[in-house]
Amino acid sequence: MSKRLGWFLAGGLLVALLLAGVVSNFASSSPDGLDATARAGCTFNADDEITGGTCMLQQERAHQLEDSPLADYGIRGIENSFVSTLLAGTAGVLITFGVGAGLFWVARRRQDA
Amino acid sequence: METTAMHIANGIVDGPVSAVFAVLAVAALAFCVRKARNDLDERLAPMAGLVAAFIFAVQMLNFQVLPGVSGHLLGGALAVILVGPWVGALCVSTVLIVQCLLFADGGLTALGLNITNMALLGTAAGYLLVAGLLRILPRNAKGLGVTAFIASVVSVVVASQGFVLEYALGGTTDLSLPWISGTMAGVHALIGIGEGLIAATTVATVAKVRPDLVYALRRFRRPTELKLNA
Repeated sequence: MSKRLGWFLAGGLLVALLLAGVVSNFASSSPDGLDATARAGCTFNADDEITGGTCMLQQERAHQLEDSPLADYGIRGIENSFVSTLLAGTAGVLITFGVGAGLFWVARRRQDA
Repeated sequence: METTAMHIANGIVDGPVSAVFAVLAVAALAFCVRKARNDLDERLAPMAGLVAAFIFAVQMLNFQVLPGVSGHLLGGALAVILVGPWVGALCVSTVLIVQCLLFADGGLTALGLNITNMALLGTAAGYLLVAGLLRILPRNAKGLGVTAFIASVVSVVVASQGFVLEYALGGTTDLSLPWISGTMAGVHALIGIGEGLIAATTVATVAKVRPDLVYALRRFRRPTELKLNA
């Protein structure tokens, strides 16, 4: 891998880390398009539990891995939400890069194969 | 507790339909791996890792599209332009698998549904648009930006209709499908505009800094160039 490509990758990763770790703290916390559509038709109480109506979310079941230490893009046990999101976002970017680049490197076409 | 759900959760679509789409997704991804090997060289492999990491990061950035409704990038069109359709589908899948297994986002049972919509349908639609548009638009940063914008809008709406199809087959409530389809399409057209702006900025920036790293500038040839190279 050339040195120039190395610099580009480092720069790109830095941008991704800033977006996931810092900028994400300012992201909208409203439900996304899918979630909002899934909630439409139901009424919710303060604890976000369905109190009536008909909506797609009614039959939702808990995530099998809801107790994951990184669940909901935070670090379990860290009270400060900024720090929690910062660390979870950083971990996510590094893990995704590691897994992705690792697998793609293994699958790559060998030049002299 | 407030939860951050960005993808289809467990139980929204029933078990048998989820299982069918899981099998479909595995088969399609295996095919993508085979095709991707032709594209993956020592430059594209680390670049693809970066594209996956970047999509993960930007998916965390929900932006407001309507009062009480947000959206986030899906990344199909962006991935197609930067690393090509086969590697691109694998990039988006990598993100969805990491989000599902580590961040408890997108049900494990629903993983095949989410991969089908965002990694397969979204990327396929993005690819068709990008390949078509680059035949007529200039192959520079500006042309690529416009391509990214249009391809993103269409790709996000197509991905949203993938969910509608899955819900039509295995939905767990008795809601009107035309209503679901219309609502999903409308909201996702707005989300697609946001995604289009992010994708256009990203690909235009990469095209200015390192045009040699942009798959769409290297591989998607104009018909005349194809003839000359043949």
